[in-house]
Amino acid sequence: MSGFPLRRVRVAEVEQVAARIKRFRFVDIDNAPLSQFSGGSHISVVMHSGDRLMRNPYSLMGSPTDTSSYQISVLHCGADSRGGSKFMHENVAVGSELEISQPLNLFPPVRLAKKHVLVAGGIGITPFMSMMNELDALRSDFELHYGVRSLEDGAYCKYLQSRYGSRVNVYRQDQGQMIPLDAILGEQRLGTHMYVCGPKPMIDWALQTAELQGWPQENLHSEQFSAPPPGKPFVVKLAKSGREIAVKGHQSILEALEEHGVDASFLCRGGACGQCETGVIACDGYIDHNDHFLSEAERVGGKKIMICMSRIQTGSITLDL
Amino acid sequence: MTISTIKSRPIYPGLSPDLNARSNIIVCDKAGAAAVTELFSRADATFAKRSTVFIADALQETEAATARKDLAPATLEILPSLSAGIVRLREFLDNAPMGLRLYAAGTEPLIGSVVQAAADYGIDHLSIRTEHRGSLMRRVQCVHCKGFTENVTTNPVTCSHCGLTLFVRDHYSRRLAAFQGVCIDAENPGDVPPMEAIYQ
Repeated sequence: MSGFPLRRVRVAEVEQVAARIKRFRFVDIDNAPLSQFSGGSHISVVMHSGDRLMRNPYSLMGSPTDTSSYQISVLHCGADSRGGSKFMHENVAVGSELEISQPLNLFPPVRLAKKHVLVAGGIGITPFMSMMNELDALRSDFELHYGVRSLEDGAYCKYLQSRYGSRVNVYRQDQGQMIPLDAILGEQRLGTHMYVCGPKPMIDWALQTAELQGWPQENLHSEQFSAPPPGKPFVVKLAKSGREIAVKGHQSILEALEEHGVDASFLCRGGACGQCETGVIACDGYIDHNDHFLSEAERVGGKKIMICMSRIQTGSITLDL
Repeated sequence: MTISTIKSRPIYPGLSPDLNARSNIIVCDKAGAAAVTELFSRADATFAKRSTVFIADALQETEAATARKDLAPATLEILPSLSAGIVRLREFLDNAPMGLRLYAAGTEPLIGSVVQAAADYGIDHLSIRTEHRGSLMRRVQCVHCKGFTENVTTNPVTCSHCGLTLFVRDHYSRRLAAFQGVCIDAENPGDVPPMEAIYQ
């Protein structure tokens, strides 16, 4: 179930690290040590914005062994935002108190890998911040390829280059620089794993490039936290309790259930982990599967939905809840 | 191959070509070579050209000639034994880059030895395409003396190191490339069921 203990934290520091990116540092409300985490982990931040409740996942960026504070970076998504990043940018300041979940890792580096090739686009750099910290401490072989719009838009470019030297490669879109992935993947030693985080088209491109180079699926890893895409309002019917709940246009099914006190199961809230998989008993609309978890066959089957990300275009859906 | 409720018991889905791999490295024995011929027939000619086949088995001269004909235009090397084949595979992998696909076809000791060696090079066992052909013989480790008994075709079997009578289980270790053998008459020494030749 969803009964993970939340933790109250206070914002100790806010820094504008790039044109639209702020870094937040959280400490425990009583200054108690936070949990250690592993490279690639994320937390969910609970946000009460007006009458809306959101829990957005953000990668942890600092050293995994530093229990004094957690750091996240938040990109202001502007007009595309559902409100989460806007809330963090506009309503959260030093001294603000927030609730966060315990760290969870759906994007860990493979310890048995001979080498790690990290591919980041924009805000997709964040999970690699803690991952590189961990790999560096383990003296593991890694290299980062980081695509940014410009040096003003890309966070931590200078920091990463000064800390990790030639292992960090930055590519600036404003100067027409592209990540030469074909060449990068073409000359890696056996046992190398590739990790990619960034916008969906970039992830798809990187995974496809690697596959066409003959890299096995087992060596390819990706993570993308996308907010649940908005749509039209629809109705969710709960078969077990007989309740009917309206899902608003900007809400996910999971958020609507939570607003009405239904304790549905979830973990990542980004369509990646599979925890919120829910049985579909009936549906008179078309399901937009926005997750990265269900197989193509399962999507076509129409018997399952990931309620953190997916919705129906119109009509009503009956869930096994 | 027998169906097992034991989770560690490997399954071998059969060889299928990875058309994207820049090179294909295939280890097989005499029986497995037939599976490789079939693999080539399911892909285009350039697939075989990109392939290197190590036959790790003692072949007669006529058998070697047949293999050379059947597996052309792949690069073919014939090694006299499984252990020689694994030494050759390791030598090959020492300098190999990403983009290769590994295949193994033949007995379980052959497939297991390939998977075991590949792990040292960071190759995930799930990325190796495997097909079981030929004998059902097993490599068994005695859980008591830790000695390995090769080419086991019976159950139970006598440990070739400590002499205990071992019940051959489906529990499998990828690290050891062996099934587990456990003393069958520990409670009542000498109370041993008849040996059955079930892994021939």
